[in-house]
Amino acid sequence: MKLTLRVWRQKNADADGAMSTYEVDGISPDMSFLEMLDTLNEELILRGEDPVAFDHDCREGICGACSLVINGDAHGPERTTTCQLHMRSFKDGDTIDVEPWRASAFPVVKDLVVDRSAFDRIIEAGGYITAPTGSAPEAHATPVPKPDADFAFEHAECIGCGACVAACPNGAAMLFTSAKINHLNVLPQGAPERETRVLDMVAQMDDEGFGGCTLAGECATACPKGIPLTSITAMNREWLRATRKAGKR
Amino acid sequence: MARTVWNSTVGKKTVMAVSGLVMLLYLVAHMLGNLKIFFGTDEFNHYAHWLRTVGEPLMHYEWTLWVIRVVLVVAVVAHAVSAYQLSRRDIKARPSKYVHKKPRAGYATRTMRWGGIILGLFIVWHILDLTTGTVHSGGFESGKPYQNVVDTFSTWYGNAIYIVAMLAVGLHIRHGFWSAAQTLGVGSRTRDRALKAVADVLALLLTAGFLAVPVGVMTGVVS
Repeated sequence: MKLTLRVWRQKNADADGAMSTYEVDGISPDMSFLEMLDTLNEELILRGEDPVAFDHDCREGICGACSLVINGDAHGPERTTTCQLHMRSFKDGDTIDVEPWRASAFPVVKDLVVDRSAFDRIIEAGGYITAPTGSAPEAHATPVPKPDADFAFEHAECIGCGACVAACPNGAAMLFTSAKINHLNVLPQGAPERETRVLDMVAQMDDEGFGGCTLAGECATACPKGIPLTSITAMNREWLRATRKAGKR
Repeated sequence: MARTVWNSTVGKKTVMAVSGLVMLLYLVAHMLGNLKIFFGTDEFNHYAHWLRTVGEPLMHYEWTLWVIRVVLVVAVVAHAVSAYQLSRRDIKARPSKYVHKKPRAGYATRTMRWGGIILGLFIVWHILDLTTGTVHSGGFESGKPYQNVVDTFSTWYGNAIYIVAMLAVGLHIRHGFWSAAQTLGVGSRTRDRALKAVADVLALLLTAGFLAVPVGVMTGVVS
């Protein structure tokens, strides 16, 4: 396959960026999108040019490191992560636009790499349970109803890639934050911090400069792990409940 | 608690949802009342007069009406201020657009902001036209709402403004009602279809019900 790539190039956080055009040849349809970028970078290095910087780690679709808005879609045309997107999803001779996540809470570090540490700070605000560590507790000690376990697992699938923020017209982190809150709030292990968790994490989300939800639904469409839009509804419910309880105290 | 609500994006959306539902409830009553115009001059004017005497003798003349007006003004202001603050925040959170643009979200979703502004301007015109009579086209006479309504819809611009606003209100409710359910946490996967259907039916019925009046005047059914 021969492709034309238009890639966002930006030297550093303070520099102005622009789209640069590159031609790549000899691309196999079985290559992943990242392997295609590796091929481009090898050529750029041989030519003595600066390779395109992009985030990647496990390349198995489970770590949440890879990003990229491909032809206007977060993680590209398939509902998966960029590392699991294969070149067979494109046609020979295609022109492909590659851009970084766009949100003021996710500043560009270089080229296609953005700083997603805002997510880490949201997790720090309450995305954990407080429990003594040590050997794993006996599995039957805390019974969890099956529907609750399923609900928790569906939200625990979130890998924190930030595609929801990239796809949202308001740069909102509602889907990420709601997935993290719902995952723990439904479980007995998360119950002691149920109210503080949702209040603190939502407050941190707002502090980071993410936008608000207008229920456009773009986030749930872009999510490679299929976190549903109703996750946000469930978080709103938790937030209202916690606010009412805090008001009574 | 009030401070927590107002300072949070989730809380401000709650304010929008509740104030929106208050206005929606009023719109349903307003639309049903409007349809009384098809029963003739006397019945419509009598209904308008009754609106001022509701609650008597406990309430004085027009008191109930003023209570409703105050509630509505509070709702409109709360809705508009939250929308303005949240929109500013949203635009700031996404300063640079993607080079590769794609058509996004439904028409109703994309027109919420402009639709809201159009509705705000419409409300001002509507009150100046048919409540105070300031910008009324014919000889405005308070206490004779039937003739006033016919006068308004006898002008091309009266019809045009009204029809545009009613289409905007339909779109606004279509996305707004369903969104309010999500914001208030009552939506769920099993209820989603039902909520969307209710939103569509409400939007359609309100738009059709409100548009029946100018269409009635234009076709001569109401004159």
